[in-house]
Amino acid sequence: MNAGGRTNRLVLAAIWVVLLAAPFWLNLVGGYTALGSRVLVLGLAAMSLNFLLGFTGVLSFGHAAWFGLGAYGAGLALKFVALSTPLAMLLGTLTGGIAGALLGALIVHRRGIYFAMVTIAFGQVFYYIAYRWNSLTGGDDGLRGFSRQPLAFGPMRVDILNNSTLFYYFVLVCFAVAVGIMALLLRSPFGRTMLAIRENERRARFLGIPIELHIWIAFALSCVFISFSGTLYALLNNFADPNNLYYSLSGDLVIMAVMGGMRVFWGPLLGAAVFVVLQDYVSSLTTNWMSFIGLLFVLVVLFFPRGLLGMLRQRRVA
Amino acid sequence: MTQLLLFNVTNGLIIGAFYVLMALGLSLIINLSGVINFAHGGFLVIGGYLAYALTPALGFWGALLVAPLLTAVIGLVVERLLIRRLYGRDPLYSLLLTFGLAFMIEDGTRFIWGAQGLPVTVPDFLNQPLSASLFFITGYRLFMVAVVAVAVAALFLLLRYTRVGIRIRAGTLDLETVSTLGVNVGRLRSLNFAAGIFLAGLSGVLAGGQLGLDPTMGAGLLMPSFIAIIVGGVGSLPGTLVGGLLIGVAAGVTAVFFPSASDAVMYVLMAVVLLLRPRGLMGEEGLMT
Repeated sequence: MNAGGRTNRLVLAAIWVVLLAAPFWLNLVGGYTALGSRVLVLGLAAMSLNFLLGFTGVLSFGHAAWFGLGAYGAGLALKFVALSTPLAMLLGTLTGGIAGALLGALIVHRRGIYFAMVTIAFGQVFYYIAYRWNSLTGGDDGLRGFSRQPLAFGPMRVDILNNSTLFYYFVLVCFAVAVGIMALLLRSPFGRTMLAIRENERRARFLGIPIELHIWIAFALSCVFISFSGTLYALLNNFADPNNLYYSLSGDLVIMAVMGGMRVFWGPLLGAAVFVVLQDYVSSLTTNWMSFIGLLFVLVVLFFPRGLLGMLRQRRVA
Repeated sequence: MTQLLLFNVTNGLIIGAFYVLMALGLSLIINLSGVINFAHGGFLVIGGYLAYALTPALGFWGALLVAPLLTAVIGLVVERLLIRRLYGRDPLYSLLLTFGLAFMIEDGTRFIWGAQGLPVTVPDFLNQPLSASLFFITGYRLFMVAVVAVAVAALFLLLRYTRVGIRIRAGTLDLETVSTLGVNVGRLRSLNFAAGIFLAGLSGVLAGGQLGLDPTMGAGLLMPSFIAIIVGGVGSLPGTLVGGLLIGVAAGVTAVFFPSASDAVMYVLMAVVLLLRPRGLMGEEGLMT
């Protein structure tokens, strides 16, 4: 147990060193800083989804909706409300979080396949709204005409707009805060209850745990986290488009979580890194990248259903 | 106004019939195997393009018959090779696998036939309007509805009266017991899957004749099918039938009064149903929820 704790601390330290040093080593291996930011943002999104999927055992297949609502919320706030990055992030997170909490209340009584289908279908509502409401959202062309604003701490200004390395560190700080809260939640009695529900819902119910309430809270929290990552995505691209809300992004997020390892806290981040780098690479090689991504889905399901980290952990136990 | 309303209601019914055909296939597979077949739209596309490829050799009527059958055979192969391994596992995995398949099929059709739309040639007499006042109802639209009606009736009769049909219905309720009674459940699931894919292929041919073919058409028709199933009640085929027609008509009527919301109205309908009757219109309490 003690040795395991030390390994965990070492792994944790290694993860943060790699993330902190990314702007320095990314260029050496042929990447670029914005790619690092992208991995962090989508990694946070996949981890937010996995908060629900891997740790509560609830299959949501429509999380792109909350991600995209965060992105559009932030973009619209910057465009129409005020030129402030923190305010945009707050408003974007609230948009997706509140919408998710409301919908969650409607569907927490459903389970399994039914839950998955309802989340897929409802996710598309926001896609159609963004697609159709041309005057507000820019429709199919996406939301343009906003950009992230430099941060101001009193007299000090941090120019995250023009300096992509500074922006990377800004994303990393946001990522660290969100992931830290997530880890604390999972360690709390609430988090333990989520695991109990995942492992055996019926037994948890017999213990007197209000299952629906817990699933609803976990769903809403997951929506808040993923909207937060959505706002970062809008800031990263200075752009939001309907594809941020489309169900295929939901599928991408689920495969990131599965590929990295659903049962492991850091799994989805690794999955996101592999997915983003692969997509970036393959789409530069061929126009048929969709087939490769599809093939990736099939191969992961058939041969790596536990994910990369899940397999490592299993080997260590065995 | 009446004319316009009539036009849109008829239109909605025709589109609804279409959703029904697609959703029934999906529903069959969900009920017996617990697999949400995301690639269902992909099989629809395969059916349509096969019809396009076969029409020069077999004519429209031959293609209408052969293309769905070939699609069903492809579906059977996919089930045997890939999907069968995932039965009994978390539905997450079959969802992801079929999701990937949908990508591959869409991209594959684009690779083979190109991204531009292609027509399925329909016999001339089917393209005539019915009469001058009912100009919007072409023979082909009536024909589509007739084919859907025949297919749906055949499906329900098969499920009601044949041995295989009874086994499928029994398996929907309790597969374990069916298995202990000596039924080869693996074969039953394969057959059931192929039947669902046949319906998808048939939808593809019909859709090709009306709208023409393009590789993304399947993805666009998938969501309404999901909603038809949820509105009707997961686990109930008659529910799926009602759900499909209902959302078709709702979309048609909305198109008269508030055109830009015609896509969204089915989602509103779904939200209302979930709020007032969570199991769906004809779903049974406790089943599949």
